[in-house]
Amino acid sequence: MGLTYSDVAEGTEIEAVSYPVNRLSLIKYAGASGDFNIIHWNERVARSVGLPNVIAHGMFTMAEAGRFVTDWAGDSATVLEFGVRFSTPVVVPDDDQGASIEVSGTVQEKLDGNRVVLALTARSAGEKVLTRAHAVVRLP
Amino acid sequence: MAVNQEYVGRTFPSGEPYEVSRVKIREFADAIGDMNPLFRDKDAAVAAGHPDVIAPPTFAIVISMANSARAMADPGLGLNYAMVVHGEQRFEYTRPIQAGDVLVATSTISGIRQVKNNTMITTGTEIATVAGEHVCTAHSILVERG
Repeated sequence: MGLTYSDVAEGTEIEAVSYPVNRLSLIKYAGASGDFNIIHWNERVARSVGLPNVIAHGMFTMAEAGRFVTDWAGDSATVLEFGVRFSTPVVVPDDDQGASIEVSGTVQEKLDGNRVVLALTARSAGEKVLTRAHAVVRLP
Repeated sequence: MAVNQEYVGRTFPSGEPYEVSRVKIREFADAIGDMNPLFRDKDAAVAAGHPDVIAPPTFAIVISMANSARAMADPGLGLNYAMVVHGEQRFEYTRPIQAGDVLVATSTISGIRQVKNNTMITTGTEIATVAGEHVCTAHSILVERG
């Protein structure tokens, strides 16, 4: 079975996972989410408004951090709270590689009611793309 | 054009209720590359104690944004959407969104403030079933870069 509350300790580090993102990811995410903001798919317009290139939807990055949380917590866990601040955009070049988002985390605190607070970090191209990222999950 | 401060406190009631389907949840999970069976296999979701497939946590943005986007697109607000980036996002969940849910969302603009050249717009969106069961509260800060 998956993780339980008694399995985890405050300060436990969760191994980093790297999630790829390319232009197709952003097109799929635009369609799936309904967020068609032009800066996420049109390089000409992105540059014209002062961005270095097309940038990923902040919510795409948050979704990858969410994936990190639900994969770690397992099927019997419940996500109670999840929050992030978007500090630097994830720049997605038009090449075969795209970009990657590396997410890592720490068990920051154990609370009553089988709840744990995770502090999350997400980086892309060496920059912190999320700050104050945290999730509260209830474990079995 | 400056963002209209008079919109602070304005509430945008739900549009048409949003019917959550397994297909849409799977499409969203595919888009974020998430192969978790809870988001795509009803049997796996039922085995984990859910009535049907559940949605990834950030799927709530689809429901909240469908409503708050109407607020952001209100010409009277004066927002230039090409200059908008996401500043912060936080969700509080009563339970996961699941296939079969019929949801309504109510968004309130709780703040518009100037930080240097940028305008920060804070909204809160309550997501509930049509029967009135609370599912999720979404707090967003959008930034219009100046």
